[in-house]
Amino acid sequence: MDEIFGFPPQLLFAQIFMGLINGSFYAVLSLGLAIIFGLLRIINFSHGAMYMLGAFSAWFGLQYLGINYWIALVLAPLAVGLFGLLIERTMLRRIRHVDHLYGLLLTFGIALILEGALVQFFGVAGQRYPTPDELQGGINLGFMFLPYYRAWVIIASVVICLVTWLIIERTKIGAYLRAGTENPDMVQAFGINVPLMTSLTYGFGVALSAFAGVLAAPIVSVSPYMGSNLIIVVFAVVVIGGMGSLLGAVITGLALGVIEGLTKVFYSEAAGLVIFMIMIIVLLVRPAGLFGRPE
Amino acid sequence: MNRTIVFYVILFLAAMVAPVVLYPFLLMELLCFALFASAFNLLLGYAGLLSFGHAAFFGMAAYISSILMRDYGWPIEFGLLASILGSALLGLVFGWIAIRRSGIYFAMITLALAQAVYFLAVQGSGITGGDDGLHGVPRGKFFGLLDLSEPLILYYFVLALFIGAFWLIQRIVHSPFGLILKAVRDNEPRAISLGYDVGRYKLLVFVLSAALAGLAGSLKSIVFQLASLSDVHWHTSGEVILMTLLGGVGTIFGPLVGAGIVVMFKHSLAQGILAESLPIVMGFLFVVCVLVFRRGVVGEAHAFLKSRSSNGIKRDVPPNRRR
Repeated sequence: MDEIFGFPPQLLFAQIFMGLINGSFYAVLSLGLAIIFGLLRIINFSHGAMYMLGAFSAWFGLQYLGINYWIALVLAPLAVGLFGLLIERTMLRRIRHVDHLYGLLLTFGIALILEGALVQFFGVAGQRYPTPDELQGGINLGFMFLPYYRAWVIIASVVICLVTWLIIERTKIGAYLRAGTENPDMVQAFGINVPLMTSLTYGFGVALSAFAGVLAAPIVSVSPYMGSNLIIVVFAVVVIGGMGSLLGAVITGLALGVIEGLTKVFYSEAAGLVIFMIMIIVLLVRPAGLFGRPE
Repeated sequence: MNRTIVFYVILFLAAMVAPVVLYPFLLMELLCFALFASAFNLLLGYAGLLSFGHAAFFGMAAYISSILMRDYGWPIEFGLLASILGSALLGLVFGWIAIRRSGIYFAMITLALAQAVYFLAVQGSGITGGDDGLHGVPRGKFFGLLDLSEPLILYYFVLALFIGAFWLIQRIVHSPFGLILKAVRDNEPRAISLGYDVGRYKLLVFVLSAALAGLAGSLKSIVFQLASLSDVHWHTSGEVILMTLLGGVGTIFGPLVGAGIVVMFKHSLAQGILAESLPIVMGFLFVVCVLVFRRGVVGEAHAFLKSRSSNGIKRDVPPNRRR
């Protein structure tokens, strides 16, 4: 088999693979957005900034503190998660009872501050983060070359999504969370500390985003604007999938990444637009989103 | 009522003599953004729809008029008209897609659509000039009479258009149509049950807001003889939200005050050591506004006047909707 639809298979598989990597980031980010939306009813605009912060803290740790990749993969989400906890406690909590659009505006402001601050300190140029030694190189599968690190990104993202999903669907904490999503007042009446749960949920959601940021650091260049370019696409992904189902968010994210990759092969000019186009079509055909419930 | 007229007359006279004191181009920038924010406020303040993609209309109109006037030699009046029509049409498409969802989803959808427009502007660098933008747009003569290359004449031209648009927004807000919009904003299910086709009202106000935002963008490109990618960037969408929020959502003069504050901030920061820190300041203003200042400057002033005297200025209630 020399060609598939007139394209060399190497190119085709390489782009599908790149698409899967982008898709993993979409999946992890939209999962975090959906979890936060479930309990707080706000869309976290600073999600992209938190992803960027994750990547930056990994870079900073390696550059100045000698913290290696694997430790950063644990520490950076923890640090960003704690930061998120702080933001929820000091700010988001105070606007719980006003229109939820204010939450979007507040987190937009936070994203501007974070981005601006990092531009101030590190400039707009991208920083390079080296691939960890253990995952250098790759393997030739015959139809394509598979770099180990990129395979690891996909595996790690899918595993973290599945673990998150299992925690929410199969554990007691997850049950509280789901109950809180349905009716926080009732859950509170049963003696569960809903405010604490809300803080932890927000912290966990942004930690997921930071985790994706650390995963992305060796692939993309670490720059202050890496998050804001991504988050708008992730918003479109969330609109397409609907935030009703967590697994739906993950599947939509991965699938859209692959579609975007394929578009690069067949009509590369449209690759940046294809997700927005799909969003428009989905809105026209099924406004609540593929996995969403009608409002 | 009398006091309102006096207030308007004072404001008008102030605007007429302002170029004596202030640099006309600063004033014109202020007028353009005040108009942009007023158009945005028509949508958010009176229909309760948060568009996160208004830069698309502003920037699209700037591109349309710049291309037509510079490369095709259209006179300014047709350039303006075409850009308003263009942004209204874009608004029709955006609105038609976005009103299928409400609240937070509406904001996300408009943001995504505007990003698609931004992306097209980046890709079509042959037409839009890419990162460089379109420079040297000729201003020409309005109806062949008014020489707009003269700063003062240009200022009064922009002022006249601003007053016209502002008057139109006022008329819309106080018309039966505007009242229905407020009903939709405050209680959509109720408006539906009263038999109003809510979707059509939302779509119409969206198109009107887009067209007015287009006028603002087009004027901006004529004043500064420049249309660039930053006009369609989401930062600009964020900026107009901030202006409206800062001045007071759902108040008539709020967007003007907010635009004034943001433009002043931009100019005072541009020279100092804090030139790079504008986004930080903007973000900080956002956070402060949302946390402690949701009524904005004008909203707070109204509240203050009302608490002092029960027969104060007629007040437009800012949307402080609860859920």
